[in-house]
Amino acid sequence: MTTQASGPAGSRDGDVLLRVENLVKHFPVRSSTLIQRGARDFVHAVDGVSLEVRKGETLGLVGETGCGKSTLARCVARLYDITSGRIEFDGTDITRLSTGKMRPLRRQIQMIFQDPYGSLNPRRRVGSIIGDPFAIHHTASGAERKRRVQHLMELVGLNPEHYNRFPAEFSGGQRQRIGVARALAFTPKLIICDEPVSALDVSIQAQIINLLADLQRELGLTFIFIAHDLSVVRHVSDRVAVMYLGKITEQAPVEQMWAHPRHPYTDALLSAVPVPDPASLDRRERIILVGDVPSPINPPSGCRFHPRCPKAQQRCVDEVPDFIPRLGDEATHLTACHFPVMDGEDISQARPAISADLRVVESSIPEGSLTGISGGEAS
Amino acid sequence: MALLQVEDLHVSFRTDDGIVQAVRGVSFDIDPGQTLGIVGESGSGKSVSTQTIMGLTRGARVSGRAIFEGRDLLKMKPEELQQVRGVKIGMIFQDPLSSLHPFYKVGWQIVEMIRLHEQVTKEVARRRAIDLLKLVGIPQADRRVDDYPHQFSGGMRQRAMIAMAMALNPALLIADEPTTALDVTVQAQVLQVINRLQREFGTAVILITHDLGVIADVADEVVVMYGGMVMEQADRMTTFGAYHHPYTEGLLQSLPAYGGERARLRPIPGQPPSPINVPPGCPFAARCPYVMDRCRVEMPPLAQAGTELEHRSACWLPHDRAAREGLRRKVIGQSLSVSAEA
Repeated sequence: MTTQASGPAGSRDGDVLLRVENLVKHFPVRSSTLIQRGARDFVHAVDGVSLEVRKGETLGLVGETGCGKSTLARCVARLYDITSGRIEFDGTDITRLSTGKMRPLRRQIQMIFQDPYGSLNPRRRVGSIIGDPFAIHHTASGAERKRRVQHLMELVGLNPEHYNRFPAEFSGGQRQRIGVARALAFTPKLIICDEPVSALDVSIQAQIINLLADLQRELGLTFIFIAHDLSVVRHVSDRVAVMYLGKITEQAPVEQMWAHPRHPYTDALLSAVPVPDPASLDRRERIILVGDVPSPINPPSGCRFHPRCPKAQQRCVDEVPDFIPRLGDEATHLTACHFPVMDGEDISQARPAISADLRVVESSIPEGSLTGISGGEAS
Repeated sequence: MALLQVEDLHVSFRTDDGIVQAVRGVSFDIDPGQTLGIVGESGSGKSVSTQTIMGLTRGARVSGRAIFEGRDLLKMKPEELQQVRGVKIGMIFQDPLSSLHPFYKVGWQIVEMIRLHEQVTKEVARRRAIDLLKLVGIPQADRRVDDYPHQFSGGMRQRAMIAMAMALNPALLIADEPTTALDVTVQAQVLQVINRLQREFGTAVILITHDLGVIADVADEVVVMYGGMVMEQADRMTTFGAYHHPYTEGLLQSLPAYGGERARLRPIPGQPPSPINVPPGCPFAARCPYVMDRCRVEMPPLAQAGTELEHRSACWLPHDRAAREGLRRKVIGQSLSVSAEA
């Protein structure tokens, strides 16, 4: 997809399609303890995210399950009302727009979802599913609608003659094409792709990725691309933002991110990806993180990654790190970390310098001492 | 001697639409301590093969042999198979929730499993359950042993599954997409656990996955399946570096390159074949860029390719490397050796 060199700050401003400022989304949950009944806890799904998406670019959004990437996307599409913050789309503040005022803008922000099975009504014909946007926005009906739907089907590589078929008659990849066709109905400006290829086999996945790239070039689309598969994200994105527990921890142009990951979390994520190249896997130092992502109901203090971070120090517990360029990086490469990873630094052997009760500690058994445990014959 | 030797396995199911030929003549074997990776897309028959070996495909028509420690698993009575399944052959699946009972504590389930097959007291079994949970890296295992499955995160449930599968120290562990539902960081943890168990206990592992990256990471031998058949079999270096079969080539080229340029991806065109009314010839023929007339009528045997004795490919293309390479340049316009980077 297009790689855009960022121009001088002044001229760049006009290119911004989406600007998110300090976006917060909390979901209330009922407290589980009896004593505090009535008191409210909150899931801090997105907790102060700021980012920009420029026209024609693809912003990749990555992070583990529960990091808030899908919530962020749904907030941007105004599928959720946000708790606080500001969203500006194409120069308009859409943060508090009413449903009626939002409607014309909805044509310009579309979503493609992961599950091509779950997002299509199995009882409706494909032509009618793809034609929905025209019906909802009262823009085309009858023969005109059919003509436009068939044009869309052709655009995404479906046979227009299959207009009257049901979703079940299509394969997984073709169903995802139906989802893409539906999103393209009004030639939107921004398409949010939430794990669009995760459910597909690799050979089909590649077909859909190429399709999205072609459409972006032909129609000048802007993408927010959410995926947990980092090699896919690297392939499609111009810039990448890494999220952890509701916050963006690092953001950079894609090549920068892969060449100089600054945040220990980014470094760990990238090193954990098994690449289909045995030789490079054998050479690589793996950073294996301890434990799981903590609960977003009571996120950790300071840097939220500190309980799992191999480089954590007391300062990380006390102080939220600023999201700024680190170690002389360019202005486009931002990292929220007090102790960023230096070029060539190997953190796979690093040990945190904070007390054990602040860390996620994995119980372990030293190598070689296992034989007594599980011996079926021994007992 | 091979620990498990599968020969000419056929599995078919009768359905309303016709007979589904899920597995059509699959053979492979695995040595003690070895990791065999079986890779393939949905519907390739990779899971059905191992499920059949374990007697988990009810109502299927099965033929062939699966010799484990000298006995044919496919001919065993259900009660005999029960003495093998879970005891000598452990299993883990993609979705740990489907294998952990939601009503019972995790520790209790492991204890029951141990006590069903061994004469030990509850206390001994419980201590072992705790040790097993520690072994797979569950934090505070002595406390969490009394948790219910829903109190575990996805990664912890998968670890608990591994702990249960390893409880009786099986000689073979069958892992069917064990990390597919997990994040990469947790996936790395789980693969590390499996790898460690293997090193310390000499367990053989059959790892079934669609993820070529995972295969490249942990498999010693790789079996590539398509349309219910083995397309290619080789050690991992050969599979990724000097593959022969066009399907293996297609799979690897579909992946976004991890290094190098962000070139356009090269998907395999078309869709996988239907397992009903299978046409004669090679199942990959309809999508293969090298297809010849012969491929559509006659299925090539799985025969030695290249110079490695253990490298076998089911393809009519010349098995001699230079000739294969020449064809590739002609059809794809690019040589084999640079394909990994392109």
